[in-house]
Amino acid sequence: MRGLDPLFQVLRTVPPLAWLPLSLAAFRDGQPSAIFVIFITAIWPIIINTAVGIRNIPTDYRNVAAVLRLNQLEFFWKIMIPAAAPYIFTGLRIGIGLSWLAIVAAEMLIGGVGIGFFIWDAWNSSRISEIILALIYVGLIGFMLDRLVAGIGHHATRGTATS
Amino acid sequence: MASSFLSIEHVSKSFARGQSATQVLRDINLSIVRGEYVSIIGHSGCGKSTLLNLIAGLTKITTGGIILENKEVNEPGPDRAVVFQNHSLLPWLTTYQNVKLAVDKVFSQLKSRAERHAWTMHNLELVQMVHAKDKLPAEISGGMKQRVGIARALAMEPKVLLLDEPFGALDALTRAHLQDSVMQIHARLGNTVIMITHDVDEAVLLSDRIVMMTNGPSATIGEILDVPLPRPRKRLELSSDPTYLRSREAVMRFLYERHRAPALQAA
Repeated sequence: MRGLDPLFQVLRTVPPLAWLPLSLAAFRDGQPSAIFVIFITAIWPIIINTAVGIRNIPTDYRNVAAVLRLNQLEFFWKIMIPAAAPYIFTGLRIGIGLSWLAIVAAEMLIGGVGIGFFIWDAWNSSRISEIILALIYVGLIGFMLDRLVAGIGHHATRGTATS
Repeated sequence: MASSFLSIEHVSKSFARGQSATQVLRDINLSIVRGEYVSIIGHSGCGKSTLLNLIAGLTKITTGGIILENKEVNEPGPDRAVVFQNHSLLPWLTTYQNVKLAVDKVFSQLKSRAERHAWTMHNLELVQMVHAKDKLPAEISGGMKQRVGIARALAMEPKVLLLDEPFGALDALTRAHLQDSVMQIHARLGNTVIMITHDVDEAVLLSDRIVMMTNGPSATIGEILDVPLPRPRKRLELSSDPTYLRSREAVMRFLYERHRAPALQAA
């Protein structure tokens, strides 16, 4: 994991839309390409945060597991997953924000559907007030998605994750 | 020795870092009888926690061996339950679930589901924590957390209970209260207990024997003091008891006259 870290850090910095031409070339269709772009944008913070969470499992928990002689599977479910859960949910929160970012941008380029296309279409028809309305809408939905994931995280980790 | 329950024989521990190795413990010999309460006291950095980790099997022994009931100790296990200094309860589990985790693991074959529940409750009762069984560790006080930690360790029915400065992080009143609880539990269950401490009063009050460690590096056992006080011991009555005061003085002399902390020696 530590060896792969530079790779993740490099891939993480590639802007979402830079993936779009490549994925269009691969999938030859708008819809799966857009989904791929969302996936490739959102995955890195989730992976990186999960890795940090697992690396940061306190020695105390490992000692408890050792004294109880938990096997690998039990350690994974009873210690590793719950201990890393707050970090995983932090990753998910960043991930969902980024994927919302990527969705709107991809829709602008691919066209045909969605709020991104709506904004682009409004620009082409010079309906500035609709653009402003759409921006407010995009912002509010983004905020709600973030809160939703934070809320699920708070619930799932029994308050050990910050929300 | 045939009669000893737990024996530590010529145990040394070195930590290697790159080319250089630091010897932390040197030639430790100690044998403990069943049901005995032994405290290990010494200045910080003398390797007393390392010794406890060796007994627990959490750290590998460099030379020598530890034998518990004729079996060599070389890995951690529930027969040597540890109460950690900072309780180390799992924060996503309620106090009940924390104890239950240990019970489920240790008695998965031996007890039925109902029996495991009853055993978990019994151990929570022992430390008077039944009222907070559905609370998360973050919702209870430090003293209560430590109680649950003790319950979790007791629930494993360990041959030896290892306490790593169990009251170190608590305020004086809570500490006294918890010491009384531990004494009651020890009197009731007759566990073999090894406790790490740096509190002289605590050591004298609770122990049958006090093991005093010299200063590190290469620390070893400097002296072993018997505390011939009858049980049950009462904190208040002891404060003027001549045996208590003599024992206390002996430990103080060892720690502050003959084996002063390295930092104090320099001053």
